[in-house]
Amino acid sequence: MLGIYTLVFVLLHVLPGDPALVMLSEGSASAERLASLRHEFGFDRPLPEQYVDSLGALLRGDLGRSIRYNRPVASLIAEFFPYTLELALAGLGFAVLLGTLLGTVAALNHNRRLDNLSMVVALFGVSVPSFWLALMLIFLFSLTLGWLPVTEGSEWQKLMMPAFTLGLYSTAVISRLTRSSMLEVLHQEYVTTARAKGLRERVVVGKHALRNALIPVVTIVGVELGSLLSGAVVIETVFARPGLGRLIIDSIRLKDFAPLQSTILLVACGYVLSNLAVDVLYGYLDPRIRQAAR
Amino acid sequence: MAQATALGLPLEELAEDAPSPSLDVLRRARRHRGATVGGVLLAALVVFALVGPLLTPYPPLKPSPADSMEGPSLAHLLGTDEIGRDVLSRVMAGAGISLQVGLVASAVSVTFGTALGLLAGYRGGWTEAVVMRTVDVMLALPGMLFAIAIVAALGPSLVNVMVAVGVAGVPRFTRLIRGCVLSAKQNVYVDAARALGCGGTRIVVRHILPNVVAPALVLATLNVGAAILTAASLSFLGLGAQPPTPEWGLMLVKGRDYLRTAWWLSTFPGLAIMTTVLAVNTLGDGLRDVLDPRLRF
Repeated sequence: MLGIYTLVFVLLHVLPGDPALVMLSEGSASAERLASLRHEFGFDRPLPEQYVDSLGALLRGDLGRSIRYNRPVASLIAEFFPYTLELALAGLGFAVLLGTLLGTVAALNHNRRLDNLSMVVALFGVSVPSFWLALMLIFLFSLTLGWLPVTEGSEWQKLMMPAFTLGLYSTAVISRLTRSSMLEVLHQEYVTTARAKGLRERVVVGKHALRNALIPVVTIVGVELGSLLSGAVVIETVFARPGLGRLIIDSIRLKDFAPLQSTILLVACGYVLSNLAVDVLYGYLDPRIRQAAR
Repeated sequence: MAQATALGLPLEELAEDAPSPSLDVLRRARRHRGATVGGVLLAALVVFALVGPLLTPYPPLKPSPADSMEGPSLAHLLGTDEIGRDVLSRVMAGAGISLQVGLVASAVSVTFGTALGLLAGYRGGWTEAVVMRTVDVMLALPGMLFAIAIVAALGPSLVNVMVAVGVAGVPRFTRLIRGCVLSAKQNVYVDAARALGCGGTRIVVRHILPNVVAPALVLATLNVGAAILTAASLSFLGLGAQPPTPEWGLMLVKGRDYLRTAWWLSTFPGLAIMTTVLAVNTLGDGLRDVLDPRLRF
């Protein structure tokens, strides 16, 4: 995490532009006021000193103060993070459900029409620009048909289109992985044995094949959750939803270092932690990994 | 006298019959439906990008207020935008920009990723430790967010987007190439080259590099599609190309403001992005099947 913090700090502190000037609305600032503001926020100090100080403050739980909102960054993140998490989890839920379904259907109909159709959907999922799909959905379902409002209506209605758009890429990734994993499992001897015992196909697929085929899928779910958190930057902008994504974009436009740095760090932490959670979960799901660890 | 092989055929004859590796790959790729479709579509797009700007029915940058916001018609097949520029002309002019962004960004990722991967994999020791820990840190930032952070640092422009997307792609290549090098350097021919007195650079360039070309090519092709999408997303967020550049992502942002009254402004640039990425991904998937089925999932 120290590495990520250092990388983000180094990247953001070579930003061209003067945040103090932005804060005082460019052009109208006097030289004295600018100097005083730079001093107040510590922009006039050497970079290594700023780095050590901000790292020390971070360790004490102080994320700094936003220039634009004139509020502590921690309170901004506490306000915006739930929206992004809600969107990312909804996108992930959608991706896991549809991705596993598509992948399983494709594997069970290997080299047949349904398999080809599922894989075309997956290819479409990884190729379509999410912001364009979002605009097309808004045009069709909100502006033309009036079925799904973007700004009004219940929470779940407002969440449906953003979650679908955000989750489509992950749906494609999960469906491809499920398909290949299922194809491998369906050729295992224990599946042949289950069939030879006279078990119904539904039991063979659901109880014996799918449960084992989904183990590698769990790994990708952790990676996808991190991607969804960062993908929310675009989706929140298109659907004008509050969240960390919009906080990031506003902070870049206004050279507001503190929230930008903390938000990127938070998303990176989420990415690392979701991968760590998957590694732990993997041991529980696959007894072979538990055995190997002992 | 010609040397005879175990099959009783002269060695020279067998060598003549054996196809060169690149020809063999081309032959196998041609037999793969996905690779063929993707390749043909991509070739058509490249021709479109090269010839398109010369054939645009109207100047892509010149406003014509009298024709503003006209829907698709015979005069303007894809309609006109808010200041009367022909959307078809702008989409045609934008093809080169998008392909260039994808290719340059991917080239940056491949070049630096391959160099670092070769260095880490072959040298080992502290060089490997430093490179791979740095790569681990870079991989902890999702690609899109990493690119956003770099563009934030460099400032919004198309060139900076190429650099940002390229740099964000470096760690994936480094990790892949290092893995391939670790495996390749165990081969007997590498020991033989070393025994013959070859230096480290020669061994890496002549004996190890050819073994990592196939997986690098597959990842590079798939990376072009992802780079085009990320670059268009950055332009959409206002961090990439700046007006009046006819970049597809930027055209979409403008179209968003007129979605209710002028659907064509957003629809066609988006379709163009999707078709390009679809072509690149289909070709990449096909190449992966042909060159390195291990990468398939």
